[in-house]
Amino acid sequence: MTTPETSTPDTRANSDTLHSTGSDVLRPGWGYASVTDKIAGIVLTDKFGWRWWSAFLAASAGVFALLAAVTWLLVKGIGIWGIDIPVAWGFAIGNFVWWIGIGHAGTFISAVLLLLRQKWRTSINRFAEAMTLFAASIAGLFPILHLGRPWFFYWLVPYPNVMNVWPQWRSPLVWDFFAIATYLTVSLLFWYVGLIPDLATLRDRAGQRGERKSQIAYGLLALGWRGEARQWARFEWAYLLLAGLATPLVVSVHTIVSLDFAVGNTPGYHSTIFPPYFVAGALFSGFAMVLTLAIPLRHAFGLQDFITGRHLANAAKVLLATCWMVSYGYLAEIFTAFYSGDVYERYMTINRFTGPYGPVYIAMLTCNVLVPQLFWLRKVRHNVVWLFVLSLVINCGMWMERFLIVVTSLHRDYLPSSWGMFYPTRWDWITLLGSIALFVWLFLLFVRFLPLISIAEMRELVRENAKGKA
Amino acid sequence: MKRPPPPMYGLLAEFPDADALCAAARHVRARGYTQVEAYAPFAVEGLPDIIGADKGPIAPLTLLGGILGGAATYFLQWYAAVVDYPLNIGGRPLNSWPAFIPATFEITILGAAAAAVIAMFVLNGLPQLYHPLFEVEEFELATRNRFFLCLPARDPVFAPGVARDLLAELHPLLLREVPG
Repeated sequence: MTTPETSTPDTRANSDTLHSTGSDVLRPGWGYASVTDKIAGIVLTDKFGWRWWSAFLAASAGVFALLAAVTWLLVKGIGIWGIDIPVAWGFAIGNFVWWIGIGHAGTFISAVLLLLRQKWRTSINRFAEAMTLFAASIAGLFPILHLGRPWFFYWLVPYPNVMNVWPQWRSPLVWDFFAIATYLTVSLLFWYVGLIPDLATLRDRAGQRGERKSQIAYGLLALGWRGEARQWARFEWAYLLLAGLATPLVVSVHTIVSLDFAVGNTPGYHSTIFPPYFVAGALFSGFAMVLTLAIPLRHAFGLQDFITGRHLANAAKVLLATCWMVSYGYLAEIFTAFYSGDVYERYMTINRFTGPYGPVYIAMLTCNVLVPQLFWLRKVRHNVVWLFVLSLVINCGMWMERFLIVVTSLHRDYLPSSWGMFYPTRWDWITLLGSIALFVWLFLLFVRFLPLISIAEMRELVRENAKGKA
Repeated sequence: MKRPPPPMYGLLAEFPDADALCAAARHVRARGYTQVEAYAPFAVEGLPDIIGADKGPIAPLTLLGGILGGAATYFLQWYAAVVDYPLNIGGRPLNSWPAFIPATFEITILGAAAAAVIAMFVLNGLPQLYHPLFEVEEFELATRNRFFLCLPARDPVFAPGVARDLLAELHPLLLREVPG
């Protein structure tokens, strides 16, 4: 047990009358004041240390590289990427699907695990929601950049215009626009509503520490939250309704993304397995990213008491389950290709194994199917280093899957005379790595300015824990 | 005609834990106070029932928001595809409703979610950046580890002396008068 830090000199206010007795999801010895001060203290500190600053500078360098790549794209056009006919969808669309997939776990954790009353949700939902928000925002950039003339992206919005045209309502690409825009907005609402009580805590903590500027900033964002029982009742009810609404939304978003492919009659795209297969893949990569973020976070801020081994092991179990769903998707794809008797589908499947992108396919199967089987071992599920490494392996594997779905079907479809290859250019790589840097950059700012664990829910957990209910 | 402002907002008592707050709230409710305000750093189970709080019409408004969002989106697609810009593609029906479902579904969710959040804000009186309680220095602990019970002066049964005695009986950590 670590001793809770006491940052305020006021001993009267610090005396916690009730302490957590300890359980799988919360270590013993924590009270309302100590969890508040611990989590709020991460934000309300003057010094953030060289580790944060060096990570921030490195990420900023990556963000500048991304800005440069995007600027060059706007100047020269999308010909700077390796895309051409026949592979007109390259990294950009693969990155889009990958990022939006990562953006699924946050809302899944927040909404579905809330509805299922899973106690291990409490300490991971906040940063997972932030992850969702950032990943979905970055995902949204890629189709826009891929438009050719990105500055006309607002043509996707149905509005009365002098051109007298409407979006093509029967196109999955327009459905996609609605799905992503809704998902981003609802995720933002969910995240912000959940933050309000914590923003009020930060307002009052900053005020108590005499930090006027922080007090005003958090005070404005907290909208004057007082924590009155009536406010709480409505807050909880609205939050529950949002969870109920976000649950079908999560499933719909990647379903619609998959329809971008499945509605087209390209071999390898035109498949009814795509919607569930994409949703399972999204949860798989999303939970992998949750682990990739949770493990450094708990280490950097000493949050092992809140984000316990139980949280990480549960995430590993979800990964194992979703790994099998994804594997089923791979199997179903292969089976259907041969069972259909369609020569193009069959060739596409054989080409995936033995064609020019074959090594990527084998590497993908290794990362997504073979390696995650290590999660069967209890030792692996409870070993932080293993979990971190495996989460990175799965992230890579899922990126390869998205890349392969986009590229292998396009590069050899019906007409052998129009076959071709896709080779990424340096701008493709800079844009991909730059988007990862942007994600890290946004996340670093998030942990600097907002509480990365829900303080109010942790206090509730302390009470339930002390009463022996959690 | 304007009434003169009440001399004080109410009386505020501080308690160390949620159970004490619930007990105190039950006690003052039994004495006929109807406007009792209870402040806690997290959602205390059962507390809204004790002080007689209700959730308000959030759920029906959410449903309404969803229906409006979905209906408007379907209408927009129907209007664009059937009335304003009909395209005959191989004689297929102009009102191709299955293709209009995804956008309709998404905006149904968006409308419902926006309605839920807006209804919650309006019913909770947010944003309200100033409140008389913020004048009480100790009240900042209401978002940390302390539980407060406020008997507001607007309550019909409120009488300053009696209310003070009533709260003092409950052995609060602190008893403060909140200026109006």
